[in-house]
Amino acid sequence: MRRHLLSAADLSRDDAELVLATAQELRSLADRPIKKLPALRGRTVVNLFFEDSTRTRISFEAAAKRLSADVINFAAKGSSVSKGESLKDTALTLEAMGADAVVCRHWASGAPHRLATAGWSRSCVVNAGDGTHEHPTQALLDAFTLQRHLGTSSGGLDGRRVAIVGDVLHSRVARSNALLLRTLGAEVTLVAPPTLLPYGVESWGVETSYDLDAVLPKTDAVMMLRVQRERMNASYFPTVREYSRRYGLDGRRMAKLAEHAIVMHPGPMVRGMEITADVADSDRSVIVEQVTNGVAVRMAVLYLLLGGSEPAIAGVPEAGGAR
Amino acid sequence: MPAPTPEPEQGTDPEASSSLGRVVLDVAAVNRALTRIAHEVLERNRGAQDVVLLGIPTRGVPLAHRVAARIAEVEDVVVPVGALDVTMYRDDLRMRPARALLPTDIPPGGIDGRTVVLVDDVLYSGRTIRAALDAMNDVGRPAAVQLAVLVDRGHRELPIRADFVGKNLPTSTHEKVAVRLSELDDEAEGVTIR
Repeated sequence: MRRHLLSAADLSRDDAELVLATAQELRSLADRPIKKLPALRGRTVVNLFFEDSTRTRISFEAAAKRLSADVINFAAKGSSVSKGESLKDTALTLEAMGADAVVCRHWASGAPHRLATAGWSRSCVVNAGDGTHEHPTQALLDAFTLQRHLGTSSGGLDGRRVAIVGDVLHSRVARSNALLLRTLGAEVTLVAPPTLLPYGVESWGVETSYDLDAVLPKTDAVMMLRVQRERMNASYFPTVREYSRRYGLDGRRMAKLAEHAIVMHPGPMVRGMEITADVADSDRSVIVEQVTNGVAVRMAVLYLLLGGSEPAIAGVPEAGGAR
Repeated sequence: MPAPTPEPEQGTDPEASSSLGRVVLDVAAVNRALTRIAHEVLERNRGAQDVVLLGIPTRGVPLAHRVAARIAEVEDVVVPVGALDVTMYRDDLRMRPARALLPTDIPPGGIDGRTVVLVDDVLYSGRTIRAALDAMNDVGRPAAVQLAVLVDRGHRELPIRADFVGKNLPTSTHEKVAVRLSELDDEAEGVTIR
């Protein structure tokens, strides 16, 4: 049996709720004197990062260590990859070293899927962000944060309205969130200029809008996305100033939100571009809490994939899963 | 998905003995056993100061709350009650699919220097209690640990014994002992053997 978390679409509602419930229990660990559990003792988790990342790598590292796993950090910079080693050879090396799980971040969409399904290794693969494709653990931690603030009496997100705003085109966070939030029963609206909405977005099963001001009053949570200029090879909007005026969240816009609504951002933020400092630091903002929740959610994922004799979530990835 | 916990049989028959097995303790007997355990805890510890009750989920938790309520009736003191999940400390964790975690809830005062009474429904191999002792190690250092169980069915595989026992129940290993509590189960409360 394969054991991977490659896409938020791999998770059924039961799977997702199990991850969130497990994360809920694991979050209380942060309040205990000894922040360690023995579940993954003797297992090896490799953080295989082909792309820069601080929070995701540190978050996975903390999660694995709190579960007593051995952690090996592998960054492409300063490794044999910069000498021209292929993904396959890197995978074979990790396999030979006995990695039980590989947490993979790659600039190429589909790289974790290739790693998981090519038969190069027997480890669990967790997608920690691949190109502009998916970032399932970010979606899980966002869902967890939403549930803590907006959960219905049953703990679900049924009927909750979430707006995802900004550079949807280049955002793996937006795609994973749209998939997962829909699985959990929330209603998602993507808000972006027409140039930054992906081709084929109609098939995502979400609403789209070009008008942030119209969407804000109706939403329970607003998730701001960073404009990913490093992935942009053309001009998608005239000027930064025009972008932030139409799609940035400032204090004036935040005032249009409902009383209970929260402001989220997957980070890293560009203050003054998609979000102003006063919004990011306001008490509506749960951005710092998202980071805390990230560790608990990643612990839950690693525990459910590696903790038992076989994984409790995300079954066999389908052949067409790479998209 | 996690291995399902053994579900009580469906279809509640008024003659509980036929569908759920032979009734060993009925509601009244469970209540009497818990009252006696509460008194024994008080006697052994010369009162209830510094006592903390930690139930092992699932059924140990309501049992711990009931014992605490009885202690409150007798001595007029509020004993802190919590829950201690042992899932990640089980020695068979790797032998089965990953299981869902159950709530752990350590009372605000913690357990350092306290007398912890672990509460569980059935004592069998003793492996759950060993796991609980390990789990407690990561939470604090109690002055003493005692064990209260509703049923001791024998067949220990580790050198562990209970301090307070509701009922000693000689069983064979192929028999199933089921505890049903009004807080968690739809069926009539009691202990059955099948």
